[in-house]
Amino acid sequence: MSSFLDYLTLGIVLGSMYAIFAIGYTLVYGVLQLINFAHSEVFMTGGFVGMIVLTEFAPSRPHGFPSVLWMVIGCLSGMVGGAAIAWCLERVAYRPLRKAHAPRLVFLLSAVGASFFLYNLCGKLFGRTPIQVPSLYTNSVLFHWPGTSVEVRVNQVVVVGAAVVMMIALDRVVNRTKLGSGIRAVAQDAETAGLMGVDIDRVVSRTFVIGGLLGGAAGFLYGYAVSGQVVFTMGFVPGIKAFAAAVLGGIGNVRGAMLGGLLLGVIESFTVPLLGSEWIDVAAFVILVLVLMFRPTGLLGERLGRSA
Amino acid sequence: MSGGTASEESFRRPKVDVARLRRDAWYRRPRWRRLLGFVVAGLALAVVTGPQGAGSTALMSSLKATFTSVPRLGVCVGIGVLLWAVREFGAPLRAPARTAQDGVARGVAPLRRFYAAGVWPKLAVGALVLLAGAVIPNLLSPTWQVVFVEQMGVYLLLAVGLNVVIGWAGLLDLGFVAFYAVGAYSVAFWTGSLPVQPPVVLNPFVVIPIAVLTCLAAGLLLGTPTLRLRGDYLAIVTLGFHEIVYLVAKNADGFTGGSRGTTKMIPHPSIHLFGLDYNWMFDPLPYWYLILAFTAILVVLFSRLENSRIGRAWTAVREDEVAAQASGLNTVRYKLMAFAIGASTSGLAGVVYASKVGFINPDNFPLLASILVLSYVIFGGMGSIAGVLVGTALLTLLPQWLKSYVPAEDRYMYLGGLLVAMMIFRPQGVIPSRRRQREIKLAESGVGGADATGAAGGTTS
Repeated sequence: MSSFLDYLTLGIVLGSMYAIFAIGYTLVYGVLQLINFAHSEVFMTGGFVGMIVLTEFAPSRPHGFPSVLWMVIGCLSGMVGGAAIAWCLERVAYRPLRKAHAPRLVFLLSAVGASFFLYNLCGKLFGRTPIQVPSLYTNSVLFHWPGTSVEVRVNQVVVVGAAVVMMIALDRVVNRTKLGSGIRAVAQDAETAGLMGVDIDRVVSRTFVIGGLLGGAAGFLYGYAVSGQVVFTMGFVPGIKAFAAAVLGGIGNVRGAMLGGLLLGVIESFTVPLLGSEWIDVAAFVILVLVLMFRPTGLLGERLGRSA
Repeated sequence: MSGGTASEESFRRPKVDVARLRRDAWYRRPRWRRLLGFVVAGLALAVVTGPQGAGSTALMSSLKATFTSVPRLGVCVGIGVLLWAVREFGAPLRAPARTAQDGVARGVAPLRRFYAAGVWPKLAVGALVLLAGAVIPNLLSPTWQVVFVEQMGVYLLLAVGLNVVIGWAGLLDLGFVAFYAVGAYSVAFWTGSLPVQPPVVLNPFVVIPIAVLTCLAAGLLLGTPTLRLRGDYLAIVTLGFHEIVYLVAKNADGFTGGSRGTTKMIPHPSIHLFGLDYNWMFDPLPYWYLILAFTAILVVLFSRLENSRIGRAWTAVREDEVAAQASGLNTVRYKLMAFAIGASTSGLAGVVYASKVGFINPDNFPLLASILVLSYVIFGGMGSIAGVLVGTALLTLLPQWLKSYVPAEDRYMYLGGLLVAMMIFRPQGVIPSRRRQREIKLAESGVGGADATGAAGGTTS
């Protein structure tokens, strides 16, 4: 029982990170119907910007309130960095192609190129060896699951808490604001939305920024609380996982991405006791393939406009 | 249109100059925003070409050095501003450039007509290319010969195979290299280099058909349940298939040797017939000729296939699957066929690669390789065999060539930049197929879509 809760905790932590990362894929897919392959570099940027801010500006081991403050600052700077890169990506690698009505594979390749460019540039600028993210506090045990000895540590609470806050905020934005209805309109039918007076360029650009905010935060949280270090290739594997999570939940569907991310995290985590840690990725993809075979549009169906 | 002319005469134009009213103040013109963009691009250029970073010991060293070295920063921003000036005020330059371009086009036109006229010119060009392919590696240094075989040759085979899957049948396959791995591991198995021993140990030559058949079977196995998925779902499933193959190769220690790879060296192809004793060893040239022969055969076969009933069926499936199905085409069968053909070509490449390098481990077959092959195909011009070959050759040789000019680790950064620029300025690829070029042109002017990967993911629900 206690080990079950242990793995569940780990799974939820990992899953909530995947969830906010996956939202970026799903949002862009929703409005443009294409896989943003460069989103993993947004994640990487978030991790690096957060790390740089903490290394360069934060005092070594602040206590009490300042450490919380610096945590928030690190996360916010990661988000800003991610959003900036996502915005540039849209501007440079997507918008010219959109203007030319390019086929989707061209977008795909342009994103792949941008991804190569960005992560190798990062490797060049900051070195190609992993860099430790300075820790702001001791990652001590915060509480035990009631009635058991299963520990929950500070970092785990921070990741899940931040993810929950962001998911709620995003859900509000998509469902309650004017920008959100713009996003949903473009996702349903871009042409008609344009005729109805929605500024498609602006909506697409802001969709990228929102995805970048969440992706950057995911990158920071991953670097700070999950792996403890950042490296220029850190986006690749989590990126594939997050994309798989988005597909699992039904790509283009925001709540689907959240559900898919959580599920994938939990599945991965339970693979460790059942099969061994080296089979984590196999299990994730086998589940994905099985789900797609029986429910070809993911668990919650695919349209952003319809079901978010 | 003609009905309004009479009343237009009597319509009195307002006295104000509408054009002037509409014009923004000079500082609000888009021109200045573009200047900002070009300056930023110049700064980016400075950062990109800047010194290597030092890692965690001096985190910001590279950026600091870039932004404190005034001369280089000045040159880079200057390049940006110059480009901007050409773009904004370069109209006088454009006219002569256009006439020159037209002149060249007019000069080339008869050649082009001659080339398009019949099959003989094409055969002649093909023979010339083949001859060049046979002669050039002999003139190169051994390092470049190795590059020709291990980097370019293998990828040529892969790209020709992927072109069938993605260029003709329009199936977005991100796990293509998985079949390459299956082919390579089949060689390793049948030559007795894996921990598991085969029933009989064979010569790599003999393994070629076995490996190709194995990959064919693997393609069918993967394709049968998944090919009813569309577009991006197929992409993620094939990607997942790649991960599964990769991780099985990595983790099934008892069968594949795990992450250390083959336990023994895979023997080189050798001939022991009628007193002839010839072992290929490490000399890259025989492998190059093998690859050349395979490529030539495949190119001939595939271009026959392209214009056959099957090729037209693929086109139909790619353009509009629903319509194709409604017209009585068994779409799953044709998609499966494309998938299996691609898979077996990929397996062939795996056989050649494995028997050349002798040792293989799972890290020879990363997901990155799939993405690279995909980018070679799209870069060269999807659906056109000549384009795919040229694109692959260019993009595989470019990093090797860059090696002597830029730090080795930076090569893929420039490759990435090149890909983005290429997609912006020439999305149809280096040598596009005529159909594809027309599709993209039409799409640009707003007629129809130029999607080659079946229907957009959003159409199924």
